[in-house]
Parts: sequence; structure tokens; C-alpha cells
Amino acid sequence: MMPTPLRRRALMAATATGLLASSLLAPGAKAQAATTLLNVSYDPTREFYREFNRVFAASWAAQGQPRPSINTSHGGSGQQARSVIDGLAADVVTLALAYDIDAIAERGLIAPDWQKRLPDNSSPYTSTIVFLTRRGNPKGVKDWGDLLKPGVAIITPNPKTSGGARWNYLALWGWALAQPGGNAQTAEQAVTQLFRQVPVLDTGARGATTTFVQRGQGDVLLAWENEAHLALQEFPQGGLEIVYPPFSILAEPPVAVVDANVDRRGTRVLAEAYLRYLYTEEAQHLAAKYFYRPRNRATLQANASRFPDIELITVDAVFGGWTQAQRTHFNDGGVFDRIYHPGR
Amino acid sequence: MTATVARLVFGRRRHALPGLGLSLGVTLFWLGIIVLIPLAALAIKPWELGVQRLGLALIEPHVLAALRLSFGAALAAALFSVPVGLLLAWTITRYRFPGRRVLDAIIDLPFALPTAVAGLSLTALFANNGWLGAPLAEWFGWQVAFRPAGVVVALIFVALPFVVRSVEPVLRDLRPDAEEAAATLGATRAQTVWRVVLPVLWPATITGFGLGFARAVGEYGSVIFIAGNMPMVSEIAPLIIVVKLEQFDYAAAAGIGLAMLVLSFLILFALNLWQRALRKGQA
Repeated sequence: MMPTPLRRRALMAATATGLLASSLLAPGAKAQAATTLLNVSYDPTREFYREFNRVFAASWAAQGQPRPSINTSHGGSGQQARSVIDGLAADVVTLALAYDIDAIAERGLIAPDWQKRLPDNSSPYTSTIVFLTRRGNPKGVKDWGDLLKPGVAIITPNPKTSGGARWNYLALWGWALAQPGGNAQTAEQAVTQLFRQVPVLDTGARGATTTFVQRGQGDVLLAWENEAHLALQEFPQGGLEIVYPPFSILAEPPVAVVDANVDRRGTRVLAEAYLRYLYTEEAQHLAAKYFYRPRNRATLQANASRFPDIELITVDAVFGGWTQAQRTHFNDGGVFDRIYHPGR
Repeated sequence: MTATVARLVFGRRRHALPGLGLSLGVTLFWLGIIVLIPLAALAIKPWELGVQRLGLALIEPHVLAALRLSFGAALAAALFSVPVGLLLAWTITRYRFPGRRVLDAIIDLPFALPTAVAGLSLTALFANNGWLGAPLAEWFGWQVAFRPAGVVVALIFVALPFVVRSVEPVLRDLRPDAEEAAATLGATRAQTVWRVVLPVLWPATITGFGLGFARAVGEYGSVIFIAGNMPMVSEIAPLIIVVKLEQFDYAAAAGIGLAMLVLSFLILFALNLWQRALRKGQA
């Protein structure tokens, strides 16, 4: 059979369209000036990094360097990690959990020893989990044990989808272990009891805050310290009150340079300077302003009134690190799944 | 094989309508990039797990409960949308009243509104401190938001316009003559609707039902706010996919996606066959 001219034309048309499209879709392969930086972060850091980026850019320019333009992307911590794994050209990641950065490192984009490269486990600021209650704390919730009393409805996001919720869960587990006679069994009973009293499981921390504050669900919201303060600022008429339990967990949101991307884009020097700047006194004050606990002792003490001193456990000491905690508690078939297992 | 395809497509030397080559080329190209290649990737990914682990991942109680909820709620929403959608389509094609054009435009809003916005508004409305949720809870003791019922409400919101927009053009083409003829022949109003109008509308209604159902099965944005997301109770299947991704378990996530795709395809295919049988019956 003779190839008809029509058929050849169809092929050519398809090829031409293909070429046009691929030229449109091709990644900016042209040598990028090394003065742009993409920071892939998680949700509640939005306000902090907006100001930090400005401060850092100014200081970098003051050293006689070209002024960098810094973009920050925000979303759920796990979602953001997946974007980077799938090819988002992040120069630095500043996420909620070491587990999410470990997942990127596992795919070879970040050196395995990343957490040792910067001081304080690569976490320039920390946070913790506190209680947000209705004003006057009508249910009298003061400590983790009070959450388990009958009739107290608790709002927390789902630990399967939310990094913040994993901290909530681990804080309660750690508290139960620290009680007299506490062991893995009593701790599992405590988390099971807690989640029986949870009427709504949102997918993320912001969603849970909305459910508690605006939809009026529940008596207590388990929240990041900075989210709780932010909710108080945003809704001064919301009838809310922050309660500090005497015991909680030290949340260390870590930061890392994405080696594969900075080497390809030639932004390593800038990216490393950006992360190191987080440890300067100026940045530490900024972190405190947005209700993150500064690592710098002097800065923390200067803000002591905003950050009550409470006993804080760490994931490394109590749970043997994030990878271990994730596997035991939150992966499929883990302890959390047992709580909702049918027939229980 | 290619020769036969080519003969089928390009067999005739000359086409009355020019431009077949270009339009077919562009069509196939975009279909390939936007639909076929991603779907092929989805079909390949799950098998990384191996048949046995894929099977186990699919019959996990959480997954089964979520699939049941997603398909059940989508079915309920599409079924509810049929009578309401028919009535709406009837109202905007057969009556002239002030505000008809506005109503007409409002029906399309669910297509345009970001689903997250719809979800947030519905939740605000139906939560037990909301405008509708408060009286419902007080008078009937019903709670809609944060329950499976909330899932159905959100899905009706996305499914309804599909029924209206599928039925409307047919209804517009169905001229009142037929109804008037039925009336002169002594049919009652109910008989006219049941015997004359509805049979003509059935194929389009089934199309609308199928589209609405398919859209509802995969809906995530609006449902996630109103569902409450309790495991085994009000977790939808797309949320389970997100949960799997959160554990970087891409293969299992793709496996559930593939299962949903196959189920939806079978249902749509059956609806298509039914519709065709109806059309033949009428011809």
C-alpha cells in the first residue's frame, strides 16, 4: 500500500506539534544565574520565612554580593518532600520532621549525614505541642491525663497525613510512659482512649485549627505552640485560651541543603549561607517573634515570658529517632492503625 | 496491523473536509500526553509490589471501607441528582420567569468553584454551629457535617450540574408539540410526562448520571473538609491514596488508584451499554 500524502502530513503535523510542545515544556535549562533560591517548607512557617527571606537577602547584599531572590513554597510537610523527590528543584528544604528529609536523602538527593552538618540536629528553632481550649478552660484540662477524662472532645489532625499530629500522638505516648508504672501497653491504652474522644480527624494542622476555632468542634485542640499563638492573634474574639501542660515534646523542625539540586544549579554557597543565617541572633529573634522557640539560649531567655519552661522529651531519646517512630506507630499495620481496627 | 488502521483512517483518497491530518495528529498527541501516558504509568506502577502484596494492599479493611464509602456515596449522590436535576432542567427550559438566566448560570457554579471552597462553605453551613447544621441538630438530632452524610452532601454539589447539563439540550429540542399531541389524545399530565417526555430523556439522563457519578467517585477537595475523615467510617478512597503517599508508598497508592479506575470504567461501560440499548429500543 502506498503511503498517502495525507498520512505523511499527519505524521509531520504530529511531530511539529510535539516539538513545539517540548520546547514550551523544557525546563529552564539555560544556565540560571545563581542568585535565586527556592526554599521548600511546610505550612505554618509561611509568615516567618516571608520576613526571614527579606532579612537574609539584605544581609547578603550588604556583603557585596548580588541581591538574591528567594522563593518559598509551603504545603503539608510530607507533600512537600514528595515534590522534591519528584523533581521540584528545591535548593533548601525546611520541613516539619526529620523523617521527611530522610525520605529525600534515601533517594540520594541529600547526603545521608545531613542532620550532622548544622548545629542542634540541623534544627535552628524548635516548637512544642500545647493545648488550645475554650476561654476559661471549662473542662479543666491542665495535663495530658485530663484529656482522657470522659466527656472531653479533642481535635487533632490525622497522624497518618499530618506531621503535627504525629508530634501530638508521640507527646501523649511519652507522657504515658513517664507515669508511674507506665509502659508500652499503658501508653497504647492512652492513645487509644484519646482517639476515641476525637470526633473529627482533619488532614493537616491548619484544617484542625479551623475545625476547632471556626466550626466550634471539640473542647481541646492539640496544636503546635506557634499555631496556637497564631490562632489567638487571628481570632482575639474567638474565646480561646492556651494551656501549657507541664510536660510535652520537643519538636525539632530540621533544615537541609538539597545537595543534588544546589550542585546542579551552582547555588551551594548561597544555600549554605541561607541556612547558617538561621542561627544568627537576628534570625533567632525573628523565630521568637513568630512563636518558634529559638535555639540560642540568650534569645530564648530574653523571650522567656512567651515560652514557659516545661519538661520536654525528644523523639531520639524516647522513640529511637523518627524512622523508628514512624515505622512502629504510623506506617500501615502500626500502632495507630490498631486503634481503628474493626471489631475493637 | 498499522496498515489496516491506516486504511481504516486514511483509506479514502480524498476527504470532503480538509485538515484530517492536522486535526488527527494534534488530537492523538494531546490524548497521548494528557490521558494515555499518565494512565499507562498508573497501570504499570502498582505491579512493583508483586501480585500478592498488591492484593493484600487492596483488601485491607481500611481500604475496603474507604472504597465502599466512595462508591456508595457517589452512587447515592448521583441517584439523588437525577430527579432534582431533571426538575431543574425542566424548570429552566420550560418556564419563563424573572431570574431564569441567573438560575441557569448558578447551576454551572460547581464546575467553576474551587472544590476546596465548596467544601469549606458546605462545612460551615452544616456544622452544628452553622446556619443549617444548628437547626438540623436541634430539631431532628441530625448531624450532617463530619459524618458519611456530609460526604453525600458534598458529592451532590459536584454531581448535580452534570445531570442538568446533559438533560437540558434534549429537553430544549423536545418541542412542546409532542406533549400537546399527547394531551389532545386524552393523556393525563402524569401520563404525558411518564410516557412521552421521560422516555426521550432517559439516555441523556443516564449520561448525566454516569458523568456525575464518575466525577463524585474521585472527588477529594470538597469532601475532605466535611467528611470528618474517621478511619473505617468516613474516610474516602482518595484520602487513603494520600495516606499511602504520605508513607512514600507510591506503588500501593497507585494500586488503589488503579482499582478505582477499573471499577469506575466497568460502571461507566455498563451504563453506556444500557444507554445504547435504550436508544435502539426507541429507534
